[in-house]
Amino acid sequence: VRREARGTTPATPAGWFGVGVNTTASPEVTPSLSEPASARRRALRALAAGVCLLVVRPAKAAPEELAAALHETFGGRSITPGKVTLELPKLAENGAVVPVTVTVDSPMTEREHVKSIHLFAEKNPLPRILEVRLGPYNGRARVASRIRIADSQQITAVAVLSDDTLWSAAVQVEVTVTGCGT
Amino acid sequence: MSKLGNARVRVPERAKRGEVIEIRAMIEHPMESGFRLNNVGKPIPREIVQSFSCEYGGREIFRATLHPAVSTNPYFLFYTVATASGELLFTWKDDRGGQATHTARLEVTEP
Repeated sequence: VRREARGTTPATPAGWFGVGVNTTASPEVTPSLSEPASARRRALRALAAGVCLLVVRPAKAAPEELAAALHETFGGRSITPGKVTLELPKLAENGAVVPVTVTVDSPMTEREHVKSIHLFAEKNPLPRILEVRLGPYNGRARVASRIRIADSQQITAVAVLSDDTLWSAAVQVEVTVTGCGT
Repeated sequence: MSKLGNARVRVPERAKRGEVIEIRAMIEHPMESGFRLNNVGKPIPREIVQSFSCEYGGREIFRATLHPAVSTNPYFLFYTVATASGELLFTWKDDRGGQATHTARLEVTEP
């Protein structure tokens, strides 16, 4: 009785929900399961993975397009990582509506403030997401919005400061349901 | 016909002079990206809100340029320093020449 309980309980959730894709668990499970059932399960899982790969890989803008967009917007000026905080969920369940917040470390005074913030996507059909213009009258360099993310990728925020220096932050976002086509 | 729908704006009713206030603005709009296909496989033409701006006391304090990667019903949160009592004017423009505006009143008290 004890062996049966050990064998079957972990097998059910792993099999049905496809959570335990770790192959290390299968040898433990096999004795209490009939051989064909587990083989079929493994085959189905492999097939499902294959189908996902085929479906979720449409042609997308390459990172070169991001580089081109950055060059077009900022010329050849150098962009330094820092001063910018880009808040995005690590895992976005719905790529069609992803909350984003950009905060720039700036006193927002007449002498020292943020002039603009630019958001870029590496693998969306178009690299540009949005641009906002700010000034000392904002008091606080923080902006939030909701954006579309087509595929798991890196999102980049670039801030232009009043001294014309460029600062950036990048965040990798994993997307479960694509934001393209929605 | 412009697809710009109802606007929802949140501005505090009053603030002390010099206080940094939070502003939220959203407008109903499908933000049709131009990358979607209809039921017969033809692309649905792009129709998006192109720009959003906010003027406070006649001066522009926020401007956003939107691309198709901004979600349906575009939403923005930003801040401004309360300087004087007055009106905030919010303007959205779409790529079909449509425009929508919304105003909000802010009372500024002495600190």
